[in-house]
Amino acid sequence: MSFVLDYYNYWVVVFLMMTGFYIVISANNLVKKIVGLNIFQTSVFMLYITVGKVSGGTAPIVTEGVSLYSNPLPHVLILTAIVVGVATTALGLSLVVRIKRAYGTVEENEFENKDDAI
Amino acid sequence: MLEQHLAILPIILPLIAAPIAFLLGRSSLSWGFSTLISAGAFFSAIQLLVVTLSTGVVSYAVGDWPPPWGIELRADLANAFVLLVVSGISTLVLLFAKESVEKEIDPSLHSHYYTAHLLCLAGLCGILLTGDAFNLFVFLEVSSLSIYTMISLSSDRRCLTAAFRYLIMGTVGATFILIGVGLLYMKTGTLNMLDLAGRIDLYDSSRTINTGLAFIMVGVSIKLALFPLHMWLPAAYTHAPSAVTAFLAATATKVAVYVMIRFIFTIFGTDHVFLEMRMDIPLMVFAVLAIFKCSYMATVQSNVKTVLAYSSIAQIGYMILGVSLVSVAGLMAGIIHIFNHALMKGALFMAVGAVFYRIGSVDVNAFSGLGKHMPLTMAAFTIAGLSIIGVPLTVGFVSKWYLISAALEQNNWLIAALVLIGSLLAVIYIGRILEAAYFKKLPDTVDPNNVKEVSWLMLGPMWVLVLANIYFGVDTSMTTEVASKASQWLFHHENSQASADIINTLVSAKEVAK
Repeated sequence: MSFVLDYYNYWVVVFLMMTGFYIVISANNLVKKIVGLNIFQTSVFMLYITVGKVSGGTAPIVTEGVSLYSNPLPHVLILTAIVVGVATTALGLSLVVRIKRAYGTVEENEFENKDDAI
Repeated sequence: MLEQHLAILPIILPLIAAPIAFLLGRSSLSWGFSTLISAGAFFSAIQLLVVTLSTGVVSYAVGDWPPPWGIELRADLANAFVLLVVSGISTLVLLFAKESVEKEIDPSLHSHYYTAHLLCLAGLCGILLTGDAFNLFVFLEVSSLSIYTMISLSSDRRCLTAAFRYLIMGTVGATFILIGVGLLYMKTGTLNMLDLAGRIDLYDSSRTINTGLAFIMVGVSIKLALFPLHMWLPAAYTHAPSAVTAFLAATATKVAVYVMIRFIFTIFGTDHVFLEMRMDIPLMVFAVLAIFKCSYMATVQSNVKTVLAYSSIAQIGYMILGVSLVSVAGLMAGIIHIFNHALMKGALFMAVGAVFYRIGSVDVNAFSGLGKHMPLTMAAFTIAGLSIIGVPLTVGFVSKWYLISAALEQNNWLIAALVLIGSLLAVIYIGRILEAAYFKKLPDTVDPNNVKEVSWLMLGPMWVLVLANIYFGVDTSMTTEVASKASQWLFHHENSQASADIINTLVSAKEVAK
């Protein structure tokens, strides 16, 4: 039981990661694929944030009487990764818009030519 | 002053120039400017290679924050060599691109193309030079995002689905690398590659480290299109504008191969990856499968760009095969093939781009009779094609020679035979195209007066690469010297020197703090 509770955050991360990855693979709708990709990426952000927590540590702001701080570096890294994620989502959605204009559909099984499907 | 900042120039020049190229707006202005910038990056890459040949390593602390805290740029022989190829090909492709882009991309999007190209160059140079594992992920995404954009610029609507497929698979791959780097950080508390190398040794059989290794290997394999994770590549290469395909085929996947080499040899160490985790077995199996399956696929395609795309995946198989032999000679064959393959595929895709410029199609049948009407283009295609096959006096022969001798060094006759049989498949897929070009007549539907040689602006860069194919195939001293030094460096230099370096910086930093 403590194995589940102690690693609570990691279980959430693993669950989200697998959910997102499954959606990316299985979704038929291109927008849903992007959503799945987002969930997948977010789970990784949570993994990093969880890694940064030091048990008993406070927020990494220097104050008197505190000697144990959480690690701020993963947060900084993830800020960058969030920017990358936003850029990817924006590019992916704009491609979906152009695919809709060119083909008239965003459903994978509705492409007329098999070669065009994703 | 510039010499001091040599290591960051190939990244910072295109990065700053990209928005300027966008603001210039007019097609020809933007083209001239980005070509100049790319040439600047190329010259600093030459300088950097010269410096690393004499001193071994150039380390640059970004923002003057000493490693391992700050981001370190670290040029050694291996990445300076690949950097030279990437920036050189980028310059030649940009020269070639002017007319090709005018034909294939909507005029209002020309400056977008040059901006994306410069951003991609900055990203690729960043991947090569950085000494920080997380920084590598960021540059990987900079280059990938601009590649998706460049692919989607084509006027053929199929480029959109190709770009989307690449975006999904590429992002999954990059996220896998991010997870792997996160797991390494979780265990070691550092992101600097050398620092990581020193500390991973302490936790050799940790499950966290091994999971990280697995995630990184799969992520990088998607990026370098190792069989069976290559499904994004044929569509992306086929439907992208010709200049983009020439640039991608010659640089992007090669840089990903470099990333794999860097992670295996510098960060994890050969003992851990090959002796303990036995990664060489899956790598070798997939490399051989890639060579045969994709060479076969190349022989049955009707679109010449698709043929060459499948051939690229097979050639990546040869590189990974070299790595998986786990010897200095094998690694050297892999590194030398990175260089040589960039020369061949750059020339081939430029020739195909020239054909598309004149004929408007890249079907095998569209090549009929071109041997007579576009003699220089087809001669370039022929020589580069012979190089892919591995005919003596071309660079392809040099790569195959070293790969086979590396296999024979371990008495691995099977692998040597497989490499030779794989080359025979290349004879078939290149031969089909040459047959159409030289032994068939121009179809009646095409007016022979319209089919003439392309301008020198397109032929020039193509022939520079073709002549390089021959030159480096005859005089191999430069390439083999650099590649063998680089592979020896990667093999033997790894951890002892690395941890000593880091301890020295830590000690000196502590003294500064006092």
